[in-house]
Amino acid sequence: MTQEELQALTVNKSVDARGTACPGPLLEAKKAIGTIGSGEIMEVLSADEGTKRDIPKWANKKGHEYLGTVEESGYFKIYLKKG
Amino acid sequence: MENIEKQIKELQEKVAGLEKGTEDQISIVVFSGELDKLLAAMIIATGATAMDMKVKLFFTFWATAALRDKKKKVTGKDFMSKMFGIMLPKGSSKVKLSKMNMGGMGILMIKNLMKKKNVASLEEMLITAGELGVEINVCEMSMDLMGIKKEELIDYPHLNICGVATFLVDAEESKIQLFI
Repeated sequence: MTQEELQALTVNKSVDARGTACPGPLLEAKKAIGTIGSGEIMEVLSADEGTKRDIPKWANKKGHEYLGTVEESGYFKIYLKKG
Repeated sequence: MENIEKQIKELQEKVAGLEKGTEDQISIVVFSGELDKLLAAMIIATGATAMDMKVKLFFTFWATAALRDKKKKVTGKDFMSKMFGIMLPKGSSKVKLSKMNMGGMGILMIKNLMKKKNVASLEEMLITAGELGVEINVCEMSMDLMGIKKEELIDYPHLNICGVATFLVDAEESKIQLFI
């Protein structure tokens, strides 16, 4: 997905994990994905550089679709579609 | 014909055994009693729960002291146990660094940095691990050797006292086994 497409997504659940370092964002993402339905979109906000690689890897293992990452100043917005 | 049936049955039994051996589980021997190593173990443990893995930690030797509750007092220890009790760190907030401890300077610096960088403290990690269902099995022999009593351990929801057989069975059923 392009950056514009990602920004235009309707997000069903947003998780702000900017206040935690590894493994905080991963644990928050795991908790939050349980609250949405299959096919719904979740965004994870993280200031932790490692999360950019971690979340797609985790999503792939758990059968969720990684849609892409938007870089903001000082943090990232990572988009997932629940599988 | 009879022979083929027998072979199929044998294969089925073997496959069933293999499936049992590849449970989505991780077993970690937590041996070290220093903050850096304990933190690494706890980060891997809690991270693994996000992968829906079952997590079994086997706390042994120096790591057992990190499970002491600083608020709990026990009586009736013999002289050696009392001495050990004084020398060993009283709980997760009192552990040292494996490198650059510098008489306590290093640990203060790292704790400050951890706060600044939003890294959870060891105490917080233990609470999180408890909430996520991470199992902690404590080696009975280590506790006995170091004079640590069950009554002075933290109130952790999934804590058992056990021996090496528990670890071996857990490890055998795990996909990942680590020693930290």
